[in-house]
Amino acid sequence: ISVDALKPSDTFPRRHNSATPDEQAQMANYCGFDNLNTLIDSTVPKSIRLDSMKFSGIFDEGLTESQMIEHMSDLASKNKVFKSFIGMGYYNTHVPPVILRNIMENPAWYTQYTPYQAEISQGRLESLLNYQTVITDLTGLPMSNASLLDEGTAAAEAMAMCNNILKGKKKTFVIASNCHPQTIDVCKTRADGFDLKVVTVDIKDVDYSSGDVCGVLVQYPGTEGEVLDYGEFVKNAHANGVKVVMATDLLALTMLKPPGEFGADIVVGSGQRFGVPMGYGGPHAAFLATSQEYKRMMPGRIIGVSVDSSGKQALRMAMQTREQHIRRDKATSNICTAQALLANMTAMYAVYHGPEGLKSIAQRVHGLAGVFALGLKKLGTAQVQDLPFFDTVKVTCSDATAIFDVAAKKEINLRLVDSNTITVAFDETTTLDDVDKLFEVFASGKPVQFTAESLAPEFNNAIPSSLTRESPYLTHPIFNMYHTEHELLRYIHKLQNKDLSLCHSMIPLGSCTMKLNATTEMMPVTWPSFTNMHPFAPVEQAQGYQEMFTNLGELLCTITGFDSFSLQPNAGAAGEYAGLMVIRAYHMSRGDHHRNVCIIPVSAHGTNPASAAMCGMKIVAVGTDAKGNINIEELRNAAEANKDNLAALMVTYPSTHGVYEEGIDEICNIIHENGGQVYMDGANMNAQVGLTSPGFIGADVCHLNLHKTFCIPHGGGGPGMGPIGVKQHLAPFLPSHPVIPTGGIPEPEQTSPLGTISAAPWGSALILPISYTYIAMMGSGGLTDASKIAILNANYMAKRLESHYPVLFRGVNGTVAHEFIIDLRGFKNTAGIEPEDVAKRLMDYGFHGPTMSWPVPGTLMIEPTESESKAELDRFCDALISIREEISQIEKGNADPNNNVLKGAPHPPSLLMADTWKKPYSREYAAFPAPWLRSSKFWPTTGRVDNVYGDRNLVCTLQPANEEQAAAAVSA
Amino acid sequence: STVLEGLKYANSHEWVKHEGSVATIGITAHAQDHLGEVVFVELPEDNTSVSKEKSFGAVESVKATSEILSPISGEIIEVNKKLTESPGLINSSPYEDGWMIKVKPSSPAELESLMGPKEYTKFCEEEDAAH
Repeated sequence: ISVDALKPSDTFPRRHNSATPDEQAQMANYCGFDNLNTLIDSTVPKSIRLDSMKFSGIFDEGLTESQMIEHMSDLASKNKVFKSFIGMGYYNTHVPPVILRNIMENPAWYTQYTPYQAEISQGRLESLLNYQTVITDLTGLPMSNASLLDEGTAAAEAMAMCNNILKGKKKTFVIASNCHPQTIDVCKTRADGFDLKVVTVDIKDVDYSSGDVCGVLVQYPGTEGEVLDYGEFVKNAHANGVKVVMATDLLALTMLKPPGEFGADIVVGSGQRFGVPMGYGGPHAAFLATSQEYKRMMPGRIIGVSVDSSGKQALRMAMQTREQHIRRDKATSNICTAQALLANMTAMYAVYHGPEGLKSIAQRVHGLAGVFALGLKKLGTAQVQDLPFFDTVKVTCSDATAIFDVAAKKEINLRLVDSNTITVAFDETTTLDDVDKLFEVFASGKPVQFTAESLAPEFNNAIPSSLTRESPYLTHPIFNMYHTEHELLRYIHKLQNKDLSLCHSMIPLGSCTMKLNATTEMMPVTWPSFTNMHPFAPVEQAQGYQEMFTNLGELLCTITGFDSFSLQPNAGAAGEYAGLMVIRAYHMSRGDHHRNVCIIPVSAHGTNPASAAMCGMKIVAVGTDAKGNINIEELRNAAEANKDNLAALMVTYPSTHGVYEEGIDEICNIIHENGGQVYMDGANMNAQVGLTSPGFIGADVCHLNLHKTFCIPHGGGGPGMGPIGVKQHLAPFLPSHPVIPTGGIPEPEQTSPLGTISAAPWGSALILPISYTYIAMMGSGGLTDASKIAILNANYMAKRLESHYPVLFRGVNGTVAHEFIIDLRGFKNTAGIEPEDVAKRLMDYGFHGPTMSWPVPGTLMIEPTESESKAELDRFCDALISIREEISQIEKGNADPNNNVLKGAPHPPSLLMADTWKKPYSREYAAFPAPWLRSSKFWPTTGRVDNVYGDRNLVCTLQPANEEQAAAAVSA
Repeated sequence: STVLEGLKYANSHEWVKHEGSVATIGITAHAQDHLGEVVFVELPEDNTSVSKEKSFGAVESVKATSEILSPISGEIIEVNKKLTESPGLINSSPYEDGWMIKVKPSSPAELESLMGPKEYTKFCEEEDAAH
């Protein structure tokens, strides 16, 4: 036997990259090339082509799947998980195992895309509507979005809303010092670009006499635990025309008077402690709730109730165009991807426990905190703060550091506020035993004459009756009927069965890179030594995480050609914003405060101008030529005309049109010659890895969507991660953190951080193992092959489709990059057919439609990725070709332009099985237009959802059951 | 799409009807057709002013959100509050019930730089052909 045959058999790249060498040759031939490499050579411009990419150490060759698990176990063992009482917005929680296994570890929940195609997304849409209802019920405000990135950025979004509500006329935002330090810093950083001044003061000293205050942010309960009555405070703010933002805690709100009843205008917070692990900082779902009055100013995605083509209630994303067409230079938020998967976990936690169950958990947490406070008073070694509290007890003592150290010896983490102050935050996982251990810590060697158990009967309640919640919450039946595991298991599966995910078929969304999320990559994400780490735990306890960050930072530097990486931005849009803020800080450090012009091609994603606007930059648009490339002469003129004030260019590469522009190196030179920096949008990085790199091309900074190119699943609309890489001269400005200082990886020699971008030091650290394991298992060769095969797959599909649909935009040699656009605009005149009709008909064939009408209205953009097999690509092409034939039946006059199989799509069973059928085509053809559907068919659960009705009649919470039943009775 | 006689048109697809000291402004049939069904209209406050080619509001459809630019400068004397409840009036009656604001023009000469019906019809045809 050969030695090769005795090497490990569980290598990974062949499981990720679909095409075998034979298929590669066959597909390249079909596209008119001798082999894969000649196709690639004709596609990627020579001037930017890398010779090769090489990783250092064990990673170059790529680890096998079992070696990877061993490596991750080794890292996990280097994390020392202490019992955390740190609080500050992050609490331990019992993730219900039924939710852990059936949502968090379940590809049917984590591989879906954002629910743009409502008819095949009703499951998670219902769950997200549950989430919005949890938020509105608990906060006491009527409108909520379907999650934001974290509590800090949610507060910053609220700040921007206050600025908008007052039309930018009042430029001060006041933050009470009882807010979490990371919340304060994220707001301060964000305020800069809006030209807002943030004033942080003690709540007693809040003063609106300047007449220039748009909003005020307070925390309830405060970061050190106090529960204040904000009744008078809110009245006073409103009397001064100031909007009130309240950061709060969902668990506390089961016992406390809700912020809406104080009159708060906007309420923000995190749903983390509702069954989402701390994960060293994220991902978790944050929330933002507001009144009806400000609903259209609310950032983020919102789920709304509408009706389908048969008049039955159906859900969909509301007010979608605000996101798709973010109002470019007038934008005040760039948020797209949020935290759908985590919002679903939070919602399911509320569904599982119900209102009574949640209240019991809250009362237990409050009781443990109360018993602890009582015990400390008896011990007499330290002072307990007198103010009412919910779960966090503030303690003053002579030597807080000594107590902190004693606790650490017992593997307990406390929050050291200053040399005389400690806070102790209790949570769902705290036990009576833990409280006894804390007594020992605080007794400083004195014998403790009591136990938590013995003290329990003495504690009653630390919340005054004026602040006790009286209003009901979570009264909808959904929160009151799934409290046993069987019931919840079946509810989770009932919803999941309504949603199309990568478990069913390819999701060929252009610009979204819906590739394989391999099981080995996902496994470490739910290991306790990664999940249970508090983000503010001392760094020496998180050595496994830290080693991974170092390795990942270095690998990403090699891949991108940059010198340093920040892992803090926790979404692509957050990365764009962070990258531009780095550029801004760089210019300022050189005294170039006036450099504020950002050139952005009209073909850019809407988040680009939105991010630039958030940095206070002035946007200059440049056009594209007929081939879809940036108009270089126009760009040169714009750069030269603004050369004194040029800050940056934002450019996507390969272009959003799916083409490797030949002039990209020239474009970078023009910007540099005129004093600007080049920001590259990494959305299309999947066409670069190993072939070229942003750094090599000439970019100064770039964000990576780890949830696109680097395998973090889309989670049905988040989480994502958007780390940024920079060249050496920008590295000092990478973001830091007020609690745990951070910066570039590798660390630059000097630092001068721009501020704080996300609430947690390393963003959503818990999902970084996914990208890390992907890169480590693929090795440099596997990753380069992935880029090549992604390009091959796109070209193969374009070739198969080109005689049926026009393919827009190609490179100089007639090839496309890793994605391509098919043009449907002609069908509007010939058959009355629009892209939406094709996307909805694809559902009947068992597919999710490609990206619709972006970047060119009236088209579809298809991105297959490297992990789809030739068989799957063929199946998708066959579906599109078959639909083309359906369109030509309309064109030929054989089908009614207003009543045909496309206009009627999708066809759910309720429609097909109804006693009457009045369509001019057969039910059988409607449901089974292709042979593969006979053996397995994914059924859409509703008819086409009416977007207009829902947006004109905005309803964003669960409707009372009786109305739903009434509606059902009417439509029946 | 319909283009009415007697109105003036801006290349950003708004129309102006000048009668006496009042100019009524709205978006054209062509514009509403491209936007699709309108679901929300953002209108300015009463007694504020508008400037030529500056945004005074926005129209949101299920396909797009568009800024609405004023074809002329002046003082707003009336806002069509019916659009808040019934944004669909912009689709069903772009030149009548779907009007957006009434303005007292501050420099009536600006009207002369706008297009007439024939010119605007041609402009729309050319724009559609370019896409």
